Amino acid sequence: MSMIPRHKVTSVAIIGFAVIALICAFLYTAGVFGNNQVTAQQFVNFQQGENPHLGFRRAHAKGVCVRGDFIATGELAAHTRSTLFEAGSTPFIGRFSIGGGNPSAPDLESGVRSLALSFDAGSDQQWRTAMNTPPVMAVGTPEDFYAQLQTLMPDPETGQRNPERIAEFFANHPETENFRRWSAQYQPSGSFASEQYHSINAFYLINQQGEQQAVRWAAVPTVQIDENQYADTDQAANALALDVRDQLEDGTIVFDLVFTLASSDDDENNPTQPWPESRQQITAGQLVIRQLEQDAAICNNLNFDPLILPRGMQATNDPILRARSASYAESYRRRARETWLGKEQQQ
Amino acid sequence: MTQPVTTFPLSMRIFHWGMAALVLSMIFAGLAMVQSLQTWQPTVLALHKAFGVVALVAVLLRLINRLRSRVPELPSDLPSWQVFAAKASHVLLYAALFAMPISGYLMQSAAGRAVDVFGIFTLPPLMSADLVWYGVFREMHSWVAYALIALLVVHIAAALQHGLLRQDGVLKSMWKR
Ligand code: HEM
Ligand code: HEM
Ligand code: HEM
Repeated sequence: MSMIPRHKVTSVAIIGFAVIALICAFLYTAGVFGNNQVTAQQFVNFQQGENPHLGFRRAHAKGVCVRGDFIATGELAAHTRSTLFEAGSTPFIGRFSIGGGNPSAPDLESGVRSLALSFDAGSDQQWRTAMNTPPVMAVGTPEDFYAQLQTLMPDPETGQRNPERIAEFFANHPETENFRRWSAQYQPSGSFASEQYHSINAFYLINQQGEQQAVRWAAVPTVQIDENQYADTDQAANALALDVRDQLEDGTIVFDLVFTLASSDDDENNPTQPWPESRQQITAGQLVIRQLEQDAAICNNLNFDPLILPRGMQATNDPILRARSASYAESYRRRARETWLGKEQQQ
Repeated sequence: MTQPVTTFPLSMRIFHWGMAALVLSMIFAGLAMVQSLQTWQPTVLALHKAFGVVALVAVLLRLINRLRSRVPELPSDLPSWQVFAAKASHVLLYAALFAMPISGYLMQSAAGRAVDVFGIFTLPPLMSADLVWYGVFREMHSWVAYALIALLVVHIAAALQHGLLRQDGVLKSMWKR
């Protein structure tokens, strides 16, 4: 091989090395060589389990779609540039749901109930929020949340949760205390209309002067309903959905949208800590749910990504909040692809 | 007859290297952010969308500039299949440079989301939210990205081959006067 000039050998080596290095850089970034942190794909894989329900949300798969109007009092307007909170009315699409990835799970057995809302008052005034019944998270990072879900998973052989592992997890995570205290006293009500739904994560409101104020919000019920009339019937599996349908047939379901303002003592980046009762609260307005949306696609078209925020609102650095967008997008991508390819499961 | 040019005009070279840096950053950011649950993810995602809109405007101006510029001929001793491969790959690169930001914007539109550009202005969604169209554009954004990555690997290998092995002035033509 003495015929090949030396510089050519070197050049081929350089080109080969450059090309391989470039390919490796792409593969590495794409996670092909593994990841040392939990990824959105792993999280969603875990949520969907062995037999995913194709075409459905990988979390909060079962729900009812509703429409209503947000009637703002104007009381929050001084704290945010967002025009949604100026006195007046904005229509919204909402979705009540129960936790879990099973779209035919029995309504009354879920430990978590939820309300998601989507407001669209122009391109820079889009707001989506997904709220749950607990006021706090058990843990404060996506890694710990992933570990928590794994701990709570029933043993595949016995079908039972492992109480020892759960106790050990809680002992190693003292930040779970507030959540556990809430869980212990929480009594599920008879209706989606009588639950209180929390943003859990904190956000910043930005006012006209550009000043920021950390807040959390909650949809606070205006009725108390203890019993569900379908609970002991053969329609119990859909008890909460049927109750919403009944209520909207001849009336409305109303919540107050109440914002809690943090003080400088509160850590807005820690979703495991409640803020004291004494913090200033402002009722931004009323969420008046007027009708059941018969076309479930209207809600399924949407990803209630909590980082879709109007100008005048911003995300805090809460690690849970900041992990939500990528996970929701991965779930949204999967169900969109399945729906496009006609693979969705009939329900 | 005018003298044949041996280098790309400065404007084209600025577009080429500026966009090379931008597009490579966009690809790496994209690949990393679709997996990451870390706190930087939403920040990088917002930058990805805003710079993606910049990339769309840039490729449009670049194409207009390209059509109005005098560009060097490929070396006359280049085998015809390589001439064809060079030209075809450049057309495909341009196609991918358009398809990436367009599919990105359409994907956001089909999700019913506006695109915020550095907090300066927002592009409205072009349709109301639609799951099936979201599925189409979301997959398109990935598959065109994979095609673009493959094209770039070949493109860069070919450019280095011209510069180091053939030493025929092609790499220089995009590099200096
Ligand atoms: C790291 C933490 C979390 C992860 C990984 C996660 C994951 C998910 C995923 C994958 C979906 C399905 C998205 C879709 O396909 O549209 C979802 C939906 C939902 N999540 Fe989370 N979530 C997290 C935290 C939270 C928190 C803190 C809340 C409440 C404050 C919450 C409330 C909801 C609600 C209400 C929905 C259903 C929205 C709807 O009706 O479409 N999630 N979540
Ligand atoms: C994201 C990265 C890149 C993109 C999108 C890109 C795109 C293009 C396109 C479309 C052309 C055709 C000329 C035109 O009409 O504008 C071109 C030419 C060229 N590129 Fe790149 N390029 C990239 C990176 C690179 C790199 C890293 C190198 C060098 C290692 C390189 C070297 C060249 C050379 C030498 C030419 C001139 C070829 C000719 O004579 O036609 N490019 N590039
Ligand atoms: C030159 C332009 C662009 C390039 C090279 C690019 C590249 C990429 C890549 C490589 C990914 C990761 C895909 C995957 O691994 O599946 C990605 C994701 C993404 N891109 Fe782009 N992109 C561009 C423009 C845009 C624009 C203009 C937008 C929106 C306005 C956009 C929005 C997105 C979004 C939202 C994702 C994440 C989707 C998800 O989380 O499911 N991109 N992009």
